[in-house]
Amino acid sequence: MTMYSEKVMEHFRNPRNMGEIPDADGVGTVGNPVCGDMMTIYIKVKDNKLADVKFKTFGCGAAVATSSMITELAKGKTLEEALKITRADVAESLGGLPPVKMHCSNLAADGLHEAIQDYLKKKEAKEAAG
Amino acid sequence: MKRVYMDHVAGMPIDPRVVEAMMPYFSVVYGNPSSIHSFGQEARGALEDSRRRVAELVGAAKKDEVVFTSGGTESNNLAIKGVAYRNKDKGNHIVTTTIEHMSVLNTCKYLGRQGFKITYVPVDTYGTVDVHDIESQITDDTILVSVIYANGEIGTIEPIKQIGEIAHDKKAYFHVDAVAAAGQVPINVNEEHIDLISLSSNDLYGPKGVGALYIKEGTRIEPVLHGGGQERGLRSGTENLPSIVGMGKAAEIANAEMKTEGERQSRLRARFIKDMLDSIPYSFLNGHPTKRLPNNVSVRFSFIEGESLILSLDMEGVAASTGSACTAKTLEPSHVLRAIGLKHEEAHGSLLFTLGRQSTDEDVDYVLRVLPAIVKRLRAMSPLTPKELM
Repeated sequence: MTMYSEKVMEHFRNPRNMGEIPDADGVGTVGNPVCGDMMTIYIKVKDNKLADVKFKTFGCGAAVATSSMITELAKGKTLEEALKITRADVAESLGGLPPVKMHCSNLAADGLHEAIQDYLKKKEAKEAAG
Repeated sequence: MKRVYMDHVAGMPIDPRVVEAMMPYFSVVYGNPSSIHSFGQEARGALEDSRRRVAELVGAAKKDEVVFTSGGTESNNLAIKGVAYRNKDKGNHIVTTTIEHMSVLNTCKYLGRQGFKITYVPVDTYGTVDVHDIESQITDDTILVSVIYANGEIGTIEPIKQIGEIAHDKKAYFHVDAVAAAGQVPINVNEEHIDLISLSSNDLYGPKGVGALYIKEGTRIEPVLHGGGQERGLRSGTENLPSIVGMGKAAEIANAEMKTEGERQSRLRARFIKDMLDSIPYSFLNGHPTKRLPNNVSVRFSFIEGESLILSLDMEGVAASTGSACTAKTLEPSHVLRAIGLKHEEAHGSLLFTLGRQSTDEDVDYVLRVLPAIVKRLRAMSPLTPKELM
């Protein structure tokens, strides 16, 4: 018995795609250790698709589970599809989150979007230079 | 799976001897202590016997100085609001500290909105209140000084006797919230110059939902609950006799076993803290190293967050608690950890183990075995962890 759904606990126990991508094409960091939740999402892009997605997270059970879930939801998607994944999608895929966690810990979608924006910005800069 | 309960600050089991003592007071002795027939007088006898036992726990001279309440929160409310309202002709100033329990802080905050002036004296990094800081804040308008005996989150024991002396020198009443300390360390209200002391039954291995407030004879205080005038008019409502009998028995046992049990838990605590800090890098003790409650093991780990620690420990059968905001209703980390100068992120990584009568060396060994791997796993997951720790 916990305050979390079995799915959240399953992701907390066995997080998917945990770790860094050393040569990531995009990196997004959201949250703040002061608030108790902070996560970094790393992406590898190939042919406009997310070939790999990894995460590192400091935070509560919900923060870890949403990070893990976003990597599963995003992997293999096109950038456009991935940008459409919302916080609500992540929470729903986890069988719901306690109300108090919906805002503070449900940052993973933002982290993914940041990583994609980072990739697009770098790509633009490279093309401008190139 | 082995299960280890180390969250006694949150809730304690009721001692089986207490349960046994309570049993007759549900359906055998059920009269109202205010009734003059023999049913009522049997109940009255048990009530007064329990009052005497609670009085003895804190060294009160007279049993009638003890008023039963619904717990620590009500006792703190009654003490602070009661003294404030009854003595407002004398002054409107209350001195307290930044590491009080929420039932003291929020009562003071409420009184602040009612026109009283509240001074919150800060503490040092160990959580100790400086006696001189209290002294310098007391004015002619000060009617009450309220200081916690020991805070259950960090375990630091305050210089109560010296503060009591100063409060009395300055003609202010002295209230002490001893919910976490009573039954763990010896308390004597007369030697320590205490006018009011809040107690909770569950923190003595008694039933939940009952507590007491010691009020020194002659203390001017107003009731909070008005009604039939029970408890010398200070706490109306028919007495919760089975629970009060339980609290009385719990107080008696605590009084008798405090010394041996306190020494046993202090030894367990010292080993637990030392081995934990030795085996886990970037781990730190919260609170005072020696002037602390025998059962309190409050630590923090850098780069990780407390709720994740609690969930991970729970998966190994271990119950503990944390001052991290992630388990709070307010999204703010523990005000006590902030008051001892911890940054938000340090407070988030706090972990609190509170030992109890059932805690054994094997329990400590078990936690020491599972905890390093948990910390390591969460650190491997955290973007804050420095490379050399990976």
